[in-house]
Amino acid sequence: MADSAVGPFLQGTTGRNTRGLLRLVILCTIAAAAVASRLFSVIRFESIIHEFDPWFNFRATKYLVQHGFYSFWDWFDDRTWHPLGRVTGGTLYPGLMVTSGVIYKVLRLLSMPVDIRNICVLLAPAFSGLTALATYLLTSELSPSPSAGLLAAAFMGITPGYISRSVAGSYDNEAIAIFLLVFTFYLWIKALKLGSAFWGALTALFYFYMVSAWGGYVFITNLIPLHAFVLIAMGRYSPRLYVSYTTWYALGTLASMQIPFVGFLPISTSEHMSPLGVFGLLQIVAFVEFIRQQVPSKQFQTLLQSLIVAIFLASVGILILLTVAGVIAPWSGRFYSLWDTGYAKIHIPIIASVSEHQPTAWPAFFFDLNFLIWLFPAGVYLCFRTLKDEHVFVVIYSILASYFAGVMVRLMLTLTPVVCVAAALALSHILDTYLLIDSPSAEAYLNDGTRADSASSSTVSAPQKKPSSSAASDSLRSTRDPLVGIYSSMSKLSIAGAISTYLLLFVLHCTWVTSNAYSSPSVVLASRLPDGSQHIIDDYREAYQWLRQNTPNDAKIMSWWDYGYQIGGMADRATLVDNNTWNNTHIATVGKAMSSREEVSYPILRQHDVDYVLVVFGGVLGYSGDDINKFLWMVRIAEGVWPDEVKERDFFTARGEYRVDDEATPTMRNSLMYKMSYYNYNSLFPPGQARDRVRNSKLPAEGPRLNTLEEAFTSENWIIRIYKVKDLDNVGRDHASAMSFEKGSKKKESTSKRRAAKALRVE
Amino acid sequence: MAPKRPTTPAARSGGAPQTPSKQPATPLQQQQQPPPPPPPPSSATKPTAAAQSPQQILQSIWSAYVRRTPQRVKLIDAFLAFLVVVGGLQFAYCVVGGNYPFNAFLSGFSATVGQFVLTASLRIQTNPENKAEFSSVSNERAFADYVFGSMLLHFICVNFIN
Repeated sequence: MADSAVGPFLQGTTGRNTRGLLRLVILCTIAAAAVASRLFSVIRFESIIHEFDPWFNFRATKYLVQHGFYSFWDWFDDRTWHPLGRVTGGTLYPGLMVTSGVIYKVLRLLSMPVDIRNICVLLAPAFSGLTALATYLLTSELSPSPSAGLLAAAFMGITPGYISRSVAGSYDNEAIAIFLLVFTFYLWIKALKLGSAFWGALTALFYFYMVSAWGGYVFITNLIPLHAFVLIAMGRYSPRLYVSYTTWYALGTLASMQIPFVGFLPISTSEHMSPLGVFGLLQIVAFVEFIRQQVPSKQFQTLLQSLIVAIFLASVGILILLTVAGVIAPWSGRFYSLWDTGYAKIHIPIIASVSEHQPTAWPAFFFDLNFLIWLFPAGVYLCFRTLKDEHVFVVIYSILASYFAGVMVRLMLTLTPVVCVAAALALSHILDTYLLIDSPSAEAYLNDGTRADSASSSTVSAPQKKPSSSAASDSLRSTRDPLVGIYSSMSKLSIAGAISTYLLLFVLHCTWVTSNAYSSPSVVLASRLPDGSQHIIDDYREAYQWLRQNTPNDAKIMSWWDYGYQIGGMADRATLVDNNTWNNTHIATVGKAMSSREEVSYPILRQHDVDYVLVVFGGVLGYSGDDINKFLWMVRIAEGVWPDEVKERDFFTARGEYRVDDEATPTMRNSLMYKMSYYNYNSLFPPGQARDRVRNSKLPAEGPRLNTLEEAFTSENWIIRIYKVKDLDNVGRDHASAMSFEKGSKKKESTSKRRAAKALRVE
Repeated sequence: MAPKRPTTPAARSGGAPQTPSKQPATPLQQQQQPPPPPPPPSSATKPTAAAQSPQQILQSIWSAYVRRTPQRVKLIDAFLAFLVVVGGLQFAYCVVGGNYPFNAFLSGFSATVGQFVLTASLRIQTNPENKAEFSSVSNERAFADYVFGSMLLHFICVNFIN
């Protein structure tokens, strides 16, 4: 923006320095704004780790800081996945933890002792500032107009699509991964432009960092080869491409294999085959180019034909060989679900059950990107107009990312950077045209053939117009380059006004979305009391603290997997399953225990040494993210493994409704989850008046009876309920008859016999 | 419509590598101009061309190569050939003798591949015919990049070899 403004002190060397300084100041301000807008949650609540996955990352970071790097690398965690344990050091992406560990050590070294928790909480905002800088660099490579880079940086800094994953406390892999994604792309563009092995090696280094930080690195792994392939297919092979791509691939792939979790994947799975293929293709193309320079073209043609045949035969042979030998693993399920959105629902319910793997709803695009989403196509169109190598990259990136963002909500994150870049390109094009105070002079343009810089309407298209303008100046008018310039200051003012209105609205929208939608820690809930004051609902931490203080240190807690990381992090107790969903069967076991009758569940609980069962129940408060609402997924996942014993259909009424009231099916009412959720719930209400505020339904007059579990703890607002698993009966009765005995009724004799028989059959 | 027209020349000068690389080799270019007419008959004359090709073409390539390549570049090419041989040997061993320490095989093989690629890059960058492509990369810079890349490569390989 400052570049084209003409002022007496903005010309010459001083002018360049002034502009450079201005740009720096603007960038720093943008970074500061990016950090500041992510601090809502800290100010409103406290410096706390959010949600689910961050709790595991936080726990791992604490382990890293306490025990050092090597024991972190070899960490076997026996407190998760209870009977199995988890080789944590080898099954995580260590980039995030190592980053905060390094920051922690460096700050210690500078004698600034900062609590590791605060580092973890503030890591995401700090890296979002860096992301803004990286976006500036990337966009500056694409457009000669400096305003584009600054706009892109500003958009990236505050766009909700990125803020959703990087508010303070959201200590997740994406916090640093998006910075790395953008910066790796910047380095790649730079390497490609310069044809420099140095930049290629830097790309490989940051690619390595990205691999160590996030599973989404596969996106880079496939995008860069696709770019290279498209360039080759467009006939744009250049030695620069060879240098940058092969340097990146040779170093980057080798480096990525250093991460234990990735291991040999880059040479054994289909996701990673495309870079290898393009690598081979480039070698061939480069070799052919080399030969072409050596021999006259007639001989070259025959040579080329024989080469093509030979290579084709060889590659087909290798492919058959590898397929027969089974060296190349098939695509992973998560990847299939990207192409066939129904795939996960049918084959792997566990992937489909994660809310962030759902397809994106249309309003979400506008919600997350606001007016950028309609500037985005315009920016892509501008890339087509100046179609250099790097613009091809943006075009490919935008196509792929748009598709993926439509498939999975979570991948909106990868779309956001390219939307910001493209929108900034479009907007800066408009601004560069409309914000010039001078009126363009057509005479000067026609006489000179080339335009003076001050009169140039668009700096973006300036370089390509020069060659043809002299040749075409005396031909038809319509073939000449039109002089794009705005004469009337009225239209200038109106456009400038409209654009600034949009920008201001964008800022307002971003702030509103950030403060209302994305700043809730979801560990602590906030609500408003009738008088407008804020009321903090802190049931989660209350319950976890209870677990920490009242249960033995080696107690095993069973809960649905969503809460595994939180129990591990906050309560420091062993869990059966957690958010690292690598073992579907184990999760299905928990699902089966939750969804079966008590007599079936109890042996499962005993077999897995479960001491306590934790359920989340929102019926009192109307908290909709509770276990009854997630229950169908437990059923589905369990059904995936035991289709004979758990059937989803049994949980629906005859009319296909999912109900919890009087009409609920017997299977539903006898399931452990239902019983644990509504146990004693009636006692809160006058007789017969019990209501569930989430499902908005009246509950049966008689509450469920629990025989094998006893209530241990219920939090203040009933959100968390913890049950203790009873030990075997002292006198060898089964639990049902023991309960009946204690209640003083012996009428249930017949039913308890039947149940006992069923339990036996299962064992 | 009009703004689209100029894109082609600009794009071609930016993207297509052949134009700058051909210009120094003027004798070649003149030879290349005539053949474009033949393509239709070339399918008919192909058998004869293929019949004479195997030795003759290779021989002409070899002689042109020996004649025109500077000594330094030949040194690089010798190193490249050596790397190909070493890589081929390792691969042959892997096929014949099994890939038991897979880390070791991978790092050894990738070291040769990576070194090959880096050396080839060095060769391309320092090639005077590609001067136009690499305006910002001087010979010294190319060599410094080469050293940087090689050090990185071998550091990773040593780390990976176990």
